[in-house]
Amino acid sequence: MSDIYYKTIDKITNVLLFVRGVGDAAYGEIVNIKLDDGRTLSGQVLDSRDGLAIVQSFGDTRSMNLGGTSVRFSGSPATLNVSTEMLGRIFDGMGRPRDGGMAIHGGESVPIGGSAINPYSREEPAEFIQTGISTIDCMNTLVRGQKLPIFSGAGMPHNRLAAQIARQAKLLNSSDRFAVVFGGIGINSEEANFFKNEFESTGALENTVMFLNLSSEPSMERIILPRLALTTAEYLAYKEDMHVLVVLTDMTNYCEALREVSAAREEVPGRRGFPGYMYTDLSTIYERAGKIKGRKGSITQLPILTMPSDDITNPIPDLTGYITEGQIVLSREIYRKGIYPNVNVLPSLSRLMNQGIGKGSTREDHRNVADQLYAAYARGIDVRNLVEIVGDEALTDSDKRYLRFSNEFERRFVKQDYYEERGIESTLALGWELLSGLNVSEMKRLKPEQIERYGRWKDAEGEHKADKA
Amino acid sequence: MSGIVFRVSGPVVIVDGLDNPSMYDVVKVGSHGLIGEIIKLDNGRAIVQVYEDTTGIRPGEPVENTRSQLSVKLGPGLLGSIYDGIQRPLDRIQAASGDFIERGATAEPIDTERRWHFVPTVKEGAELGPGSVIGEVQETSLIKHRVMVPIGVRGKVYGLREGDLTVDERVALIRSTGGDIEVRLSQRWNVRSHRPVIDKLAPHMPLITGQRVIDTFFPVAKGGSAAVPGPFGSGKTVIQQQLAKWSDADVIVYVGCGERGNEMADILMTFPELEDPKSGKPLMDRTILIANTSNMPVAAREASIYTGITIAEYYRDMGYSVALMADSTSRWAEALREISGRLEEMPGEEGYPAYLGRKIAEFYERAGMAKLMNGGVGSITVIGAVSPPGGDVSEPVSQNTLRATRVFWALDSSLANSRHFPSINWLNSYSLYTDDLMGWYEKNAGEDWRSVYGSSMRTLQREAEINDVVQLVGYDAIPDEDKLVLEVARSIREDFLQQSAFDEVDTFSSMHKQYLMIRSIMDFNSAAAEAIGRGVQLKDVRDSEALRMIARMKFVKEGEIDGYNESVRDEIERLRKREAESVI
Repeated sequence: MSDIYYKTIDKITNVLLFVRGVGDAAYGEIVNIKLDDGRTLSGQVLDSRDGLAIVQSFGDTRSMNLGGTSVRFSGSPATLNVSTEMLGRIFDGMGRPRDGGMAIHGGESVPIGGSAINPYSREEPAEFIQTGISTIDCMNTLVRGQKLPIFSGAGMPHNRLAAQIARQAKLLNSSDRFAVVFGGIGINSEEANFFKNEFESTGALENTVMFLNLSSEPSMERIILPRLALTTAEYLAYKEDMHVLVVLTDMTNYCEALREVSAAREEVPGRRGFPGYMYTDLSTIYERAGKIKGRKGSITQLPILTMPSDDITNPIPDLTGYITEGQIVLSREIYRKGIYPNVNVLPSLSRLMNQGIGKGSTREDHRNVADQLYAAYARGIDVRNLVEIVGDEALTDSDKRYLRFSNEFERRFVKQDYYEERGIESTLALGWELLSGLNVSEMKRLKPEQIERYGRWKDAEGEHKADKA
Repeated sequence: MSGIVFRVSGPVVIVDGLDNPSMYDVVKVGSHGLIGEIIKLDNGRAIVQVYEDTTGIRPGEPVENTRSQLSVKLGPGLLGSIYDGIQRPLDRIQAASGDFIERGATAEPIDTERRWHFVPTVKEGAELGPGSVIGEVQETSLIKHRVMVPIGVRGKVYGLREGDLTVDERVALIRSTGGDIEVRLSQRWNVRSHRPVIDKLAPHMPLITGQRVIDTFFPVAKGGSAAVPGPFGSGKTVIQQQLAKWSDADVIVYVGCGERGNEMADILMTFPELEDPKSGKPLMDRTILIANTSNMPVAAREASIYTGITIAEYYRDMGYSVALMADSTSRWAEALREISGRLEEMPGEEGYPAYLGRKIAEFYERAGMAKLMNGGVGSITVIGAVSPPGGDVSEPVSQNTLRATRVFWALDSSLANSRHFPSINWLNSYSLYTDDLMGWYEKNAGEDWRSVYGSSMRTLQREAEINDVVQLVGYDAIPDEDKLVLEVARSIREDFLQQSAFDEVDTFSSMHKQYLMIRSIMDFNSAAAEAIGRGVQLKDVRDSEALRMIARMKFVKEGEIDGYNESVRDEIERLRKREAESVI
């Protein structure tokens, strides 16, 4: 660490400082910026050449001036002190305590950038996490070590859904140590309080580490915050053998901060002004989920993002979807019907589902039931659209059944209470019950022996096949 | 003489003071010795793209020029390996530096200790040209590794050594006009230039993939190229993996370019357990994996595609048919864009560099069925996934890829949403190989292939037209013959096109089974038309045992399919002869 303060700043933009005369600033190095009013801020070197360092300030550049501002280079990239003392604590976007408590001392100091997990060291995620929510457990199963984002829109109850998942998520037959790392990125104080109260009321706070950057706070810290959260999570998972659920909300604010820096650096913009490297940048966050062979802990990520104007092709959800292992998509149409959680299962997906379900973990008919529900609901929605054009008189008998199925499916399967925890068995039973309103001969995704065992169709004598068996 | 770092900005480093550097020289940057490549020379300065994270690099750090170009080491031991984008073996890197990839980590690409039993196949004193096979090594249970005279070398062979040798040992000498040249068990090749062949040949046989929608409707030829564009969640990766597992190429190179780490873990877990359907040997014995996940350095992602295709060319030169899957070429194009942006080059469309189209075309041109330098024939089939933003294929990467490839498998998110997999849209997709391969299908699948293929394709097109009418007038208003078309099309879609990658039996269908299935559906079509013509109710046709049996056909094992087909045929003939029930 050097004690030299450079006062040779010759240009300041809203987030960048151009420091002359610096010979050897390291790329990614953390700097301290001292203002002449006594304020100090942190920043990071974005571009370094012989004689000039371009520094990104993490705080507001308001009232900075060229003559009175000085910059000191710390000599190392951003690091975080991590320890189990962090559990139960709340920090800001730079890792400083914001709960009035002491700073973390004596922990391990680790670079927040993280290193890529060697793909050869990864263990394939395969353990079913029961969230108690039917649309997730049955149709978009979450497994340990997965990254499964929630794609939402402004004003929809994604925070409630995330809180419910964090509260109910559990492994069947397991007593492993569990922790939640929460990263609030540019959220407002009401949202922050909602999560704080939520964790407090369930007693989960003592197993939770919170990082909060409020919308009124410097947007540049939003770029650091998820990395702090994941560095903490990696420590808890790989050093302390804990199973960590990381909730990051709202990734849209993160991407906007990224765009802000990119614009300030006058980079060539990609789609909608977002930088061309946003895919790579997001991957260095999302890919930090996973499991490592021979280590007990795991990191499961539940990022939340609000799609601008509910558009799934916007670069933020689009690039996220290409990195994460699926997505849970919330629908405004279903929300308007008063259904919570308003999950639209059709565009939702869990890529790692097959590894975590079936005989031995959930039930052997799980995949088939999920596929059949998908196919039937998709057909029902097609019929619903058809009705809008030709009216329901032209519908065949079978069409009418599918229409009824899709309505029932939303009202009974999708909808559940905020405190309702549906076990996987009852979720599957509900699925079979709803399917029994359709023609058994059209159930091509179900295997005959499964229909025999679980089906609720009545045979010639008017009895349930399954009951007789 | 070594140079020093002048400027660092992300993966781009500008270096001062290198002694007469050349374009594409590989350099080692900074005290960690990070590997980079010179991509531009400007007024005595060299602009370097670095294949590792540059955090912490400072101006003034030393840079060393290795004076060699980015190359791969080619020799026995490649098969079964997993590499990053610049051929660092991930298993040995793990052994050396742990679960997280440390910067500057190095390891030999192929095991230098292991001994291979080399058997010469030529006589001492034989006159050999470039690419000629000198001898063989049994590399895996599936593949004999043919040791070849390096490109550019010609002369009499002598000093042949049979025996157990390591990859760096000499196996023979070639007495050429320029002196004696050593031939070792391994050689190096610069990844950015293609390995030469005498001529490209017209593809004449399909790459059989066991995937019905591909083999039957949109086949890719051995030596051909195919593009698979689709939005996320449409099943690109599953299709690529299915092809890697089941296609009948001799060697598979799978490039995971900027994709998910957990998916690579899945491949690493499942491939060793899977068996080749023909030989029953482990699939890993014919597979090479290149994994540069999205969070690994972006410049190495750019290189990964070239590393993959160079290895593919090497096995092609031995006379094998090689299939290369690249998932996803969009990530590679984005790496080009990112580096181009850092170089402050003038951007073309959507910020991609102006040379994007040329680079994509150059890459796909390395595919092909070829007459080899040694007179043999080998092929490379390239299947590239494309990830267009928002699934809209009007963007530059998709468009340039479509221009360079001859097969287009259009993935459709609405099919994926209703869990119709593989979600290849049968109306938008195309294969320009269909006509070239027709002769092969008639000879190897069924004599009446042309008519079965043509009528089933027409049925699917008719379905779309009829559905437009149904939207307007309702189902009841259309004639019975159109209703039958809808039934048959439904059967083609659900019983034939839909194929589960996760079902033990359904995951692979031989060409013979595919033919029996589609043939049965079309026979059902004609039988049902005859029956309806005699007044049989459509409802009875729909509920016929024949249709039910066709639906179960995909789950019938390969060994039992002929017997099952007989009973399907009997049922169809029963339907054909069925009389209308007399109304009482």
